Amino acid sequence: MSVVPVSYYLALSAFLFGLGVIAFVFKRNIITIFMAIELMLNAVNLAFVAFARAHSQLDGLVFVFFVIVVAAAEAAVGLAIVLALAHTRQSLNVDRVNLLKF
Amino acid sequence: MLILDQLWIILALPLLGSAINGIFGLWLGSRWSNSTVNTVGVGSVGLSFLCVLEAVREFLQVPADQIPVFHDYFTWMIAGPFRAGFALQVDQLSVVMLLIVTGVGLLVHIFSVGYMAHEGGYYRFFSYLNLFVFFMLTLVLGANLLVTFVGWEGVGLCSYLLIGFWFLKKSAADAGKKAFITTRIGDMGFMVGILLVFATFNTVDYRGIFSTLAQRNVPVETHLGVITAICLLLFAGAIGKSAQLPLYVWLPDAMEGPTPVSALIHAATMVTAGVYMVARMNPLYARSPIAMLVVAIIGGVTAFYAATIGIAQTDIKKVLAYSTVSQLGYMFLACGVGAYSAGIFHLMTHAFFKGLLFLASGSVIHAMGGEQDMLKMGGLRKKIPVTFWTMLIGTIAIAGIPPFAGFFSKDQILFAAWAGPYANKPLYLLGICAAAITSFYMFRLIFLTFFGEPRYDEHHVHVHESPWSMLGPLCILALLSTVGGWFAAPTLWGGEDAFGKFLSPVFAQAAALAPVTEEASHSLELQFSAIAVAVGLIGLLVAWWLYVKNPDLPARIAKSLGGLYTLVYNKYFVDEIYGALIVTPLLWISTNVLWHVVDEGMIDGAVNGAADVAQAAGGEARKLQSGYTRSYATWVIIGAVGFSAVLYGLLRMKQ
Repeated sequence: MSVVPVSYYLALSAFLFGLGVIAFVFKRNIITIFMAIELMLNAVNLAFVAFARAHSQLDGLVFVFFVIVVAAAEAAVGLAIVLALAHTRQSLNVDRVNLLKF
Repeated sequence: MLILDQLWIILALPLLGSAINGIFGLWLGSRWSNSTVNTVGVGSVGLSFLCVLEAVREFLQVPADQIPVFHDYFTWMIAGPFRAGFALQVDQLSVVMLLIVTGVGLLVHIFSVGYMAHEGGYYRFFSYLNLFVFFMLTLVLGANLLVTFVGWEGVGLCSYLLIGFWFLKKSAADAGKKAFITTRIGDMGFMVGILLVFATFNTVDYRGIFSTLAQRNVPVETHLGVITAICLLLFAGAIGKSAQLPLYVWLPDAMEGPTPVSALIHAATMVTAGVYMVARMNPLYARSPIAMLVVAIIGGVTAFYAATIGIAQTDIKKVLAYSTVSQLGYMFLACGVGAYSAGIFHLMTHAFFKGLLFLASGSVIHAMGGEQDMLKMGGLRKKIPVTFWTMLIGTIAIAGIPPFAGFFSKDQILFAAWAGPYANKPLYLLGICAAAITSFYMFRLIFLTFFGEPRYDEHHVHVHESPWSMLGPLCILALLSTVGGWFAAPTLWGGEDAFGKFLSPVFAQAAALAPVTEEASHSLELQFSAIAVAVGLIGLLVAWWLYVKNPDLPARIAKSLGGLYTLVYNKYFVDEIYGALIVTPLLWISTNVLWHVVDEGMIDGAVNGAADVAQAAGGEARKLQSGYTRSYATWVIIGAVGFSAVLYGLLRMKQ
C-alpha cells in the first residue's frame, strides 16, 4: 500500500485555506464569513496533522486540539455577536457594521 | 573663643530671623502680629550684633600670626583641581565691616519699627531686611571669592526686593529691575575676574592668593598683564555694586524703596561692598599701578560729577542719593591712591553720617506725611527739633567741618591724593571741588527743609515729631558721626591714627609695594586741613547766602544759567542717553529679531513644523481605518503575504 506523499495533503490544505480567504474577503453575509474562518482553521489543522504524520511527532496533533478548542470558543462568541447583530440591525450584512472608523 | 570658633552663628541668626518672619508671616497672615515681627526681626540682628561684639573682644586677644581666623565648614563644590569650600574668615578688615553691618543694621531695624508701623507687608519688610543682613555678613566674612560672590549677589537680590517693596507702584518695580540689571553688567566682569583668578592662582581662597603672591614675589606690573586684567574685571563688579561712573544710574532710582532701606542698603552697607572688595584685594591692586590709576580716576571723577548733580535736585532723598554716589567716589579715590585704610575709614564714617542723614530724611518725610519735595517744606526747625539737630550734625559731618567724623576721613583721602605714594594732583583738585559742592548742596538741603517760611499747606499737613523708636537711632548715629572721626585722628590732631594701625596688617603687602615717599610734614598737613575746612565753610556760606539771605536768588540764577541748569537739573540726561543708546536698540533687536524672527520663526517654526508633519501623516494614515471588516481582512492578508515573502526571501538567502 503506497503512502500518499505529504505534499498532497499540503496542497489540499493550501487550497482549502485559499478558499477560506476568498470567501472571507468576498462574502458579505456574516455567517458565511464565519464559515470561511472555520474553513481556514481546518485547513491549518490538516497541514498540522500531515506534518505530524510525516515527521512522526505528536506536537502537531497536540496543536490541532488547541485549534479545535479555540475554534469552539470562537464559535460561541462569534454566534453571540451574530445574534446581537441580527437583533440591532435586522441584517447579517457586515458592510452595514462600519461605525467604528476614522 | 566662644564665637570666633563658631563664626557661622553670626550669619545664622539673621537668616533664622528672616525665615521665621517670612514663613510665619505668610502662613498666619495678620495673626502673626507686628510686635512678634519686631521681636524676631530686631532680636535676631540684635543678637547677631552682640555676637559680633563678643567676637571682636575675642579677636583682639588672638596672636598676630593666627590672623586671619579661618574656618572651612564644608566643601561646597569640587571639580578637577578646583575646590571651593564654604569658608569664613575674620581679620581686621572684616571686624570693621562686621561692626558697621550689624551695628548700623540694628539701628536701622529699630528705626523701621516706627517708620514702617503703618505699612502693609510688615513681616515681609523685616524678613527681607534680615535676609539682607545675612547676605552682607556672608560677603564680609567669606574667605574666598566665591563665598563673597554669594553674598554679593544675595545683597543685590535683597536690594531688588526692597527697592520694589511697594511693588504695586510701577516706578518702584521699575527701579528694582533697573538696580538688578545695571549691577548685573558689572557682576559679569566680577565673575570673569574670579575665573581669571582661579586660572592664575589655582585657588579662589584669599589666603591662598595672597600667600602665592608673597611667596613668588610677584613684581609690580608696569604694563598690561594678567594682574591688571583681574583687577579691572573685579573693579567692574565694584563699579556696578558701588554705583560709580558709568553704572551709577540705578542708585538714585533706588530711592523708590522705603527710607530705612535707602539708609542701610543704599548708603551704609551694600553700596560699600565694592570698596570693601577692592581693599580686600589690595595685594593684587598694589601690583598693578594701571588698575589703581583707573580706580582713582573713576572714583575722583564720580565724586565730582555726582556732587554737581546733587546741586539741582529738589527731592530730599535724591540729593542724598547723589551725595552717596559722590562719597563712594571718594572711597575709590582713596583706594586708587593707595590709602586703603583712609578709604575704609571713610566707609565707616560715611556709614554713620549717611545712615543718619537718610534716617533723618525719613523722619522728615514721616513728619510731612510722605512729602519728599524740599520746595514744599521749609521752617521745620522748630517743629521737629530732634530730627533737625541730628540731621544738622550729619550735614556738618559730611561737609567736612571739624571735629565731626567726615572731616578726618575726607581730609585723609584728599591729603593722600596730594602727597601719598600714588599722588595724583588733578584728582586732588577734583576732590576738593567736590568737597565744596558737597558742603553747598547739603546745607542747601538743611536750609530749604528746616529754615525760612513754611511752603506747605499748614492746614492739611500736621507736622509731628517722630516716635522714639525712630529718634533713638538718630541720636546714636549723631553721636557716632560726632566722635567717630577720632578713631583715626592723625598725629597732627593729637591722635595716633589708631584705625590705620589696626588695619595695617591687612594692607601690609600693599604698603610694602608702594613707592617710597618722604613723610609729609605736619605743617603741610595742617595747610591741607585748612583748605579742606575752608572749602567746607565756603559751601556753607554760599548756601546760607542763597537760600536764607536771598531766597529769591536761586530761581533767578537758575533762569540766567538756562541750558546749563536744565542739563544739571535733568542729571545730564544720562538716563535718556542710556535709554536711546542701549535700551531702545536692545529692545528693538529683542523684539524684531530675537522674538519675531528667531523665536517665533525658527524655534517655534521647527517645533510646529515637526508637529504639522506628524499630523498630516496621521491624517492620511487614518483613512486605512474604514470600518469595513472585509477591508481589514484584505490588509491582514496583504500583511501575511508580505511577511511570508520576506521570510521566504530570508530563508533563501541563508541557504
